[in-house]
Amino acid sequence: MSIEIENVTKQFNGFTALNDVSLTIPSGELVALLGPSGCGKTTLLRIIAGLESPDGGQILFNGENTTDRHVRERKVGFVFQHYALFRQMTVFDNVAFGLTVRPRSVRPSKGEIRDRVMGLLKLVQLDFLADRYPAQLSGGQRQRIALARALAVEPRVLLLDEPFGALDAQVRAELRRWLRRLHDEIHVTSVFVTHDQEEALEVADRIVVMNRGRVEQAGTPDQVYDQPANPFVLNFLGNVNLFHGRLQHGGIEPDSRNTVSYVRSHDIEIERTPQDSTALRAEVKHIQKLGPSVRVTLAVAGSGEFIEAELTRDTFQNIGLQQGESVYVRPRQVRTFVEDYQI
Amino acid sequence: MSSTTENHTARHNGIRTVGEPAIVRWLLTAVAMAFLALFLALPLAAVFSQAFEKGWQTYLAALKEPDTLAAVKLTLLTAAVAVPFNLAFGVVASWAIAKFSFPGKNLLITLIDLPFSVSPVISGLIYVLIFGRQGWLGPWLEAHDLKIIFAVPGIILATVFVTFPFIARELIPLMESQGKDEEEAAIVLGASGLQTFFRVTLPNIRWGIIYGVILCNARAMGEFGAVSVVSGHIRGMTNTVPLQVEILYNEYNYTAAFAVASLLALLALVTLVVKSVAEWNVRRQMKSQERG
Repeated sequence: MSIEIENVTKQFNGFTALNDVSLTIPSGELVALLGPSGCGKTTLLRIIAGLESPDGGQILFNGENTTDRHVRERKVGFVFQHYALFRQMTVFDNVAFGLTVRPRSVRPSKGEIRDRVMGLLKLVQLDFLADRYPAQLSGGQRQRIALARALAVEPRVLLLDEPFGALDAQVRAELRRWLRRLHDEIHVTSVFVTHDQEEALEVADRIVVMNRGRVEQAGTPDQVYDQPANPFVLNFLGNVNLFHGRLQHGGIEPDSRNTVSYVRSHDIEIERTPQDSTALRAEVKHIQKLGPSVRVTLAVAGSGEFIEAELTRDTFQNIGLQQGESVYVRPRQVRTFVEDYQI
Repeated sequence: MSSTTENHTARHNGIRTVGEPAIVRWLLTAVAMAFLALFLALPLAAVFSQAFEKGWQTYLAALKEPDTLAAVKLTLLTAAVAVPFNLAFGVVASWAIAKFSFPGKNLLITLIDLPFSVSPVISGLIYVLIFGRQGWLGPWLEAHDLKIIFAVPGIILATVFVTFPFIARELIPLMESQGKDEEEAAIVLGASGLQTFFRVTLPNIRWGIIYGVILCNARAMGEFGAVSVVSGHIRGMTNTVPLQVEILYNEYNYTAAFAVASLLALLALVTLVVKSVAEWNVRRQMKSQERG
């Protein structure tokens, strides 16, 4: 089912959480709402769910206006950042909850509920935990149970609010790969909120980058990464170096339009002899090894600007860089924006 | 979640490294224990030893005295009305306070605390001023032949007022610590308001409720000041157990006074036991909430 968000606005005590947001979420896709904290992404998710109501604008499910529909009737699945499992119920009862609260006329029989719940627990690979209580589970297990509980009511839309935010790095990486596979199996339109660009790039079909209550760019991971619409998107997706001016003729040349050039740290080549005219002379100031990659901080000669370059360990060892050495840096890919924009 | 874990360990380490020398800890503990013995255990022992001074028979006879039985009945009746009333109020008020924001919320919290800050005698006087013969509603009540002051309704009203905060005060922090995630999850899953309350909220606060009820009950049965003002001390009619103790004592009927008092002391002991069990459970629940 597709979701259309049309001109949605929301204020909290004078703070604008969402400022005229319009967005289409195509049916069956896994979409990430990505942005820094306070950008309005969770508010937008809660408005889609019906847990908050917008001050203006509307939400359409499959073209049908659902803005004034109660949460209960929207048939969405919602996964909370802190799981929100019912702590007084077993895992089984948690997952069965959405079915057992149905009015008798539409409630499945006990046996059907049992089959459905056990099926979902198998889907999330935790059927052996059916009789446990949430307090007895690990964070990753709780979140999978929360997901099974949300899926039990066969939601038309699955909404996940920072689903991996409270988990440690390893479980997190594992769980997001698992979510991707799960989505490939069940294809329910899903929206998840995250502030982690890596997570969004890895999991989502489409990424919606948000900032200050607005959508900065919406597109596939490749689009937002390779063709960022503005400096904010560029900056948010990966480490970038910023130069006030254009990079040409071996230097940084400021121009009258306040042009700013951006280069991603891993788009910087370090070499001993200049390959072409775009290379800048720089001095190696600092070397930091970060597992598989190496971060090199360089001072550009004659400008006082610093550059951060990210090399693979192999490249680093091939060049054999030393601190204090004078080298040439050559940006592989430069994006320029005219600065009318504050980050 | 990681930050709370860090806090825990930090606090834990803090105790270990900044701890006082053993002698200071023992001294402080001993002082506290001595204090407890002097002001709590000793009087409690005195009550029971006085009550049984003249043997079982006298003790039982004192309790079987009709005026005393009437006092016990009245006390039970008062608690039976006041506790459920305050339970309903406490649950509704703390639900509203913990789960929603609305104008006047802070005023409501302050008002709930009012009976704690007012002397019980004043609480009683308030009702005399409203319902008494010279009070605002006095003439109207008299015209309709309704008696509130110096009668059972007055005693119940005063008790309700005095025991007002106990349950709400217990539930508000508990419900606030639990947040509304679970309720939201239930509603998204299609549960109605009532289903959410009975299947999610109520089980989560049941130990808090038991704790609040037991404290509320102890106070309802033991209240003296406010009830004394509105009761009129009519023997066998408007005397509650604490008032009966006072009357017996003033008549130099020590054995009977202490026998009746031992009932209240027993109530206190039972309350303490139930309270500690409930407290332990509430704390465990709050901790499991912190752990997420």
